[in-house]
Amino acid sequence: MEPRRDPRGALVRPYAVTRGRTEPLQNIALEAVLSSTATQSAEARFAGHDKYRISSVCEGRAQSLAEIAAYTRMPLGVTRVLVADMVAEGLLTLHSAAPATGFAARMNLLGRVLSGLREL
Amino acid sequence: MDFANYDPDGASRGREIISAKIVVAGGFGVGKTTLVGAISEIQPLTTEALMTAAGVGIDDSSKVPGKETTTVAMDFGRITMAEDLILYLFGTPGQTRFWFMWDEIIRGAVGAAVLVDTRRITDAFAPLDYFENRKLPYVVALNRFDDAPHYELEEIREALAISPDVPLVMCDARHRESVKQVLVTVVEHAMLRLQAEHGYPASVG
Ligand SMILES: Nc1nc2c(ncn2[C@@H]2O[C@H](COP(=O)(O)OP(=O)(O)OP(=O)(O)O)[C@@H](O)[C@H]2O)c(=O)[nH]1
Ligand SMILES: [Mg+2]
Repeated sequence: MEPRRDPRGALVRPYAVTRGRTEPLQNIALEAVLSSTATQSAEARFAGHDKYRISSVCEGRAQSLAEIAAYTRMPLGVTRVLVADMVAEGLLTLHSAAPATGFAARMNLLGRVLSGLREL
Repeated sequence: MDFANYDPDGASRGREIISAKIVVAGGFGVGKTTLVGAISEIQPLTTEALMTAAGVGIDDSSKVPGKETTTVAMDFGRITMAEDLILYLFGTPGQTRFWFMWDEIIRGAVGAAVLVDTRRITDAFAPLDYFENRKLPYVVALNRFDDAPHYELEEIREALAISPDVPLVMCDARHRESVKQVLVTVVEHAMLRLQAEHGYPASVG
């Protein structure tokens, strides 16, 4: 595969960072939110450049998988593999891993989104 | 040290943060990114997925060396509603050859707004077909461009054969209040649908 020209100008081979792996440990949703504490971030320093960048993006502010991919400028598939690894390694906390299921929980979530929109 | 199950006091977990997603769909150039940008708290961001030119699979290009790869861009915005609640708005890639990406984008969504450019009404046939064959609640929003001919909502409903139980609204994708109203309509419709599925009489609080 051809190296991809990164928007910052560096040449990157997207799958080099995942050693060619394309299957994530778990299929994290685009909008699933991740965060990292200062402690987790400190540990991520030793996990390699890309994981450390991901960790920095999430430190102190919850970010979705899609945001992590956008801010690190890594393709979605690569980001998903790395993020799933980091969750398994305890370097990132995955929130809302299971979206609201069941009538009451779903109605409650919709109701909160509705009032959130109306208050904008 | 194995971190996989290491969480002695749940300290790293903190409070759970829930995210919800609304999809903004529609054909090429109908105003999806404009709509997202009008209400998002961040400039719409773009994330790219790699795929082979043949479209055999997302991010699967490393398995087929030699095949030409291309990137599909999707853009999205964010509205932080509370410390523990974030709403994301995802635009679908407009070009028809990327529509296989839509399945991934709509998975788990609250609902969708299908944007229609009233100057090119027939471009909406394919996006509407897509949603008619999915379970996701959706509404149709007519994005009025300045040079567009004027139609009554019911004329458009008929022309596009939109079912009477699908809400149809007019909007201006550039204006926050108008976009907010579209999103409110999506969520209210999703609530009504959910209530109906569970045998409740239709009412949204
Ligand atoms: N007059 C007017 N112009 C609009 C409106 N919405 C979008 N536009 C313009 O239409 C053009 C296309 O809008 P985009 O938001 O980029 O459309 P899109 O659906 O994201 O396009 P693709 O992602 O390429 O499919 C831009 O130049 C916008 O400024 C509207 O409500 N009124
Ligand atoms: Mg766009």
